[in-house]
Amino acid sequence: MRYKDISDIEISSLLEAIYDTYGYDFREYSQAHIRRRITNRLSVSGFENVAQMQSHVLNDETFASELLQDLSITVTEMFRDPTFYRSLRDNVMPVLKTYPFIKIWHAGCASGEEAYSMAILLQEEGLYDRTTIYATDFNQLALNRAKDGIFSNKMIKEYTSNYQLAGGKESFSRYYTSNYDNVIMNQSLKKNIVWANHNLVTDSVFAEVNLILCRNVLIYFEKNLQNKVQTLFYNSLINGGVLCLGSKESLRFSDLYDQYSEIDTKQRIYKKKY
Amino acid sequence: MQYKAIVVGVSSGGMNALKIICSALPVDFNIPIIIVQHLSAHSDSFWIKLLNEKSHLFVKEADEKEKIKKGTIYIAPPNYHLLIEKDKTFSLTIDERVNFARPSIDVLFESAAEAYRNKLIGIVLTGSNSDGTKGIKRIKDCGGLAIIQDPTTADSEYMPKSAIAAIVPDYIISLEEIVELLIKIDQEKR
Repeated sequence: MRYKDISDIEISSLLEAIYDTYGYDFREYSQAHIRRRITNRLSVSGFENVAQMQSHVLNDETFASELLQDLSITVTEMFRDPTFYRSLRDNVMPVLKTYPFIKIWHAGCASGEEAYSMAILLQEEGLYDRTTIYATDFNQLALNRAKDGIFSNKMIKEYTSNYQLAGGKESFSRYYTSNYDNVIMNQSLKKNIVWANHNLVTDSVFAEVNLILCRNVLIYFEKNLQNKVQTLFYNSLINGGVLCLGSKESLRFSDLYDQYSEIDTKQRIYKKKY
Repeated sequence: MQYKAIVVGVSSGGMNALKIICSALPVDFNIPIIIVQHLSAHSDSFWIKLLNEKSHLFVKEADEKEKIKKGTIYIAPPNYHLLIEKDKTFSLTIDERVNFARPSIDVLFESAAEAYRNKLIGIVLTGSNSDGTKGIKRIKDCGGLAIIQDPTTADSEYMPKSAIAAIVPDYIISLEEIVELLIKIDQEKR
């Protein structure tokens, strides 16, 4: 089949329709990503064009939910970028230790691998019992998986290596139970994690927190939306609170750059000024 | 024809191939070059530093939202897909691997074809998987120019052969001839 172009109008019309009907707002996501996802969905769906797909999205919630899965970002891993977690341990844990209670917001947690990584880190630093982790995402299916805490065995080798590179103090197998093809994360890691549905694009501040992690989410957003979400983070952090971004995400070009100092520039760890 | 960008896909054997191309282009070479090379997810920026020393042009890792500039060679960061927006800026994503690769050549090529249409040159070099084949086809479909490294001159012939099987390339030539051709095209447009 010869490639048929999807026009910008078709895409923006589909995104408007999704927003109107379901309240999910992808209109300020980076276009190339959205176009790629819609093109892929179109080619496996059997529809002739986006217009046909659009009318289906509006009338068929199951199909709509599939498309939402396509458009949301669910790729994650435990201790992704081990050097980041090493820096978190060395440079941020000492700051957290000074607080009697710790609130952490993991924004865009997807299926929860990084929230569990954080719980492990906090346990090893003796901080977990006085911590609440709010792990949020707009993708309810991913959140359900996160809540279950069941992950494929196949990934464990890589996660174990990540954990060790990140300065892990124990044997990684201490934190899960193997069961056939899966591992189940320990109950003790789950107890202080609050899994909640929150949409960075459309929802607002819900708590004042000491630490925000939002890694590899903002790269999917256009500039205006990036700034809007950065403002949300700024308003959610206490003075002196810490913001962690993905390794290719920088505050440098954000409107709020001057409001933070840098804890670890390479690992994108920033501290909100007093 | 005024070409506005060159996209390059390369896998195994790529370090040598890129060294040859990057070191041979003259300092006044204008058309921006955007490269996906398959590397380990944890590789550091040493490779870019090395290429930069070899090249007369400025070689850098592509940053998200960065505006694509003339006379610059951009390399996709390890473990991220690199896409080009219609406003000629970069986007990065951590989406699933495509053809077992992140960054994937297809992802760069397909988005570049959308952004540059017939003003794009696509180049597939040495490599041992079929990443880049769908992408170079999209570039051709959009009216761009397709250059494939002659498989008999490639460290690993699989990737160029896979591309040749899918399209009718405009050129099937060696690395040295690719450099000559690019310089000629770049000078013609002035």
